[in-house]
Amino acid sequence: MLEPTVTMQEKTITPAPLPRSPQETPQSAAASAAAIRVSELSSWYGDFQALHSISLNVPERRVTAFIGPSGCGKSTLLRWFNRMNDTIAGARCTGTAMLGELDLLARSTDVVDLRRRIGIVFQKPNPFPKSIFENVAFGPRLHMRCSKSELQDLVEWALRKAAVWDEVKDRLHAPALGLSGGQQQRLCIARAIAVGPEVLLMDEPCSALDPASTLAVEDLIFELRQQYTIIIVTHNMQQAARCSDQTAFFYEGRLVEVGPTEQVFTKPARKQTEDYVTGKFG
Amino acid sequence: MSQPHPGSPNPPESVGPPESVGQPESGDQPESKSALGREPLAAQSPAAQSPAVRLREGRGRIRLNVAFFALCVATAAISVLTLIFLLSSILREGVPYLTPTLMTSGPQPVPEEAGIWPALTGTIWVCTLCGLLTLPIGIATAILLEEFRPRNRWGAMFHGLIQLNITNLAGVPSVVYGILGLTAFVGMFGLFQVPGASGAPAFEQGVQYYDQFFSEGERAVLVPVADRDAPMSEVREGMTAYDVDLEPIEVHVIEPGGDYPEDPEVLAYTLFSDAEAGRIDKRAWYYFRLPFGRGVLTGALTLMLVILPIVIISSQEALRAVPSSLRDGARGLGATPWQVVWNVSLPAAIPGIMTGAILAMSRAIGEAAPILIIAGIVYISRGPQHLMDDFTVMPMQIFNWTGRPQEGFHGIAAAAIIVLLLILLSFNAVAVLIRQKLQKPLS
Ligand SMILES: Nc1ncnc2c1ncn2[C@@H]1O[C@H](COP(=O)(O)OP(=O)(O)O)[C@@H](O)[C@H]1O
Ligand SMILES: [Mg+2]
Repeated sequence: MLEPTVTMQEKTITPAPLPRSPQETPQSAAASAAAIRVSELSSWYGDFQALHSISLNVPERRVTAFIGPSGCGKSTLLRWFNRMNDTIAGARCTGTAMLGELDLLARSTDVVDLRRRIGIVFQKPNPFPKSIFENVAFGPRLHMRCSKSELQDLVEWALRKAAVWDEVKDRLHAPALGLSGGQQQRLCIARAIAVGPEVLLMDEPCSALDPASTLAVEDLIFELRQQYTIIIVTHNMQQAARCSDQTAFFYEGRLVEVGPTEQVFTKPARKQTEDYVTGKFG
Repeated sequence: MSQPHPGSPNPPESVGPPESVGQPESGDQPESKSALGREPLAAQSPAAQSPAVRLREGRGRIRLNVAFFALCVATAAISVLTLIFLLSSILREGVPYLTPTLMTSGPQPVPEEAGIWPALTGTIWVCTLCGLLTLPIGIATAILLEEFRPRNRWGAMFHGLIQLNITNLAGVPSVVYGILGLTAFVGMFGLFQVPGASGAPAFEQGVQYYDQFFSEGERAVLVPVADRDAPMSEVREGMTAYDVDLEPIEVHVIEPGGDYPEDPEVLAYTLFSDAEAGRIDKRAWYYFRLPFGRGVLTGALTLMLVILPIVIISSQEALRAVPSSLRDGARGLGATPWQVVWNVSLPAAIPGIMTGAILAMSRAIGEAAPILIIAGIVYISRGPQHLMDDFTVMPMQIFNWTGRPQEGFHGIAAAAIIVLLLILLSFNAVAVLIRQKLQKPLS
């Protein structure tokens, strides 16, 4: 598969670093360098403290799952990584979160460029009321100046990468809202990777989908982790177990436990984690 | 009322033969048939035992339903009948006057020769200009209020204050805006008052003043002068002046009592040396003045004040109807706030905004009160020629004609109303079309 290269203002970006090789992607999270390093991140909505001093490393080109009961602050943490909380009145935080050398939480950070590097996929598929092509081309058009043929290549590349190309290639100019829920969600993933991010945030990407679509999206996540650092929030224990390398368990705004997925699910260090993953509460 | 009334003392005709009315058996019979299993249950369970599960009596509910339905039909019928009555009386009066003369001529002393041309063109000028001014300002304000809500406390208070004011302004009677327009646009708060010369604009562009003489050939001779207050020009033999069509001509001057020239061509532009001139002006299409005076621009600005709150509020509602998940989607891809508005919110809201704007425009077309205050002149025989030109509009013309004692003017007013109604109907039709064709699901 060809990877189109698009010039963005002065910089040149290639949609993502290539995987080293398939054999070289082991299940162990520790083998990979940290993409995002969070330390002592606390967060408030007004007077309500939603996160208490979270510290964790998100390994590069692995899938990290955030699990925990509803309202424990998973989405809040996720939204700080690409500063989607900026638009919420009264939301503030302390601590640091670094993407390489970039301080994600600094006031001076260019959020527009940050969001190009850290894409997000939401719970409910939210394609724009435009054509399938326009949806994928939306992001590249925001950031780059590219010719029509370059754009077409980029759209095809992103749709193939998101495993919807075969289903939509004959109706690229049909309205995106005519697709099924699962196709819409994969379109949203294609839209997110079309701008060439390094990290993909997914906030319960399958909870609005039927089982078949869920499987398709899970397969896709498994594929994508060869190239992208992925953080997925999920309520579904099987899903976390199936497609993640590292799992972080949150409870009431605190990080209870984080470790390789196998370890968290088979021999958790904390009683609370065990109760949750075995379905005793949550 | 197709359902029989169980247990009612006077069952309807459908229940049974008339002679059985009043007999206890026939009263009970429909009860056991229609409300089978319901009435007995309600009757069997005493209220004291379980008040919560006691079933409501079916008969009362149905009766209330029927009464409510009848009320709705009656109110709808009243408004429709009133409308039909008004329309038919206007059609009966106005249709005989719907002639080509009506469309092409101006106000005349006799109803048969009078027409709406100046009022129609005035309405088109004023409302087009009003729309061009209102749309950008109204949409921009709505975007500011909906999409760029301030997040700090003082900003939020200021935002709330503006929002409250706009909501209140939508309910202000339009005649108040007429007075506002009079102060703000006609006189511009007296800021451009010229000392001494009352009514003269302080600044003018695109106007030429002339001294107008009448020649012995009874034609007008126009001698250009520098400005409105220049001293009267002197005429000299052989000087170049202009005729009424502003073609250059040569002026001939003779002494009072002197001999007239033979040649009619020369006689046409021959003046006595002591001829008196009157000062006139000729305005170009781009004529502009400060203060604005009682012109088309003032009318458009005043109507803009009337409909701006409506446009802002309907645009805000259209923007609010755009799901925030779409904005989040764009924001998550790295769109700047402006890119979110321009690429997502605005395209999704445009059908709603256009519908609101068109309905606001049809309000502007029908407004007479503010125009009555700022314009005041009805006897205008031609359409506006420039932005500062005097004008009249359809509702003003209709208002004027209906006030005349002659029957014929009432007829022609009715004809003008028909034209105005047709314009309004076509506006509303366009609004409906936009709503149906362009409005698509957003999520
Ligand atoms: N916009 C908001 N304003 C105020 N409180 C919020 C807001 N969003 C979330 N919260 C609160 O923060 C806590 C964490 O929410 P969230 O991160 O959405 O939880 P999760 O995604 O784990 O279900 C919850 O108690 C929730 O009520
Ligand atoms: Mg959540």
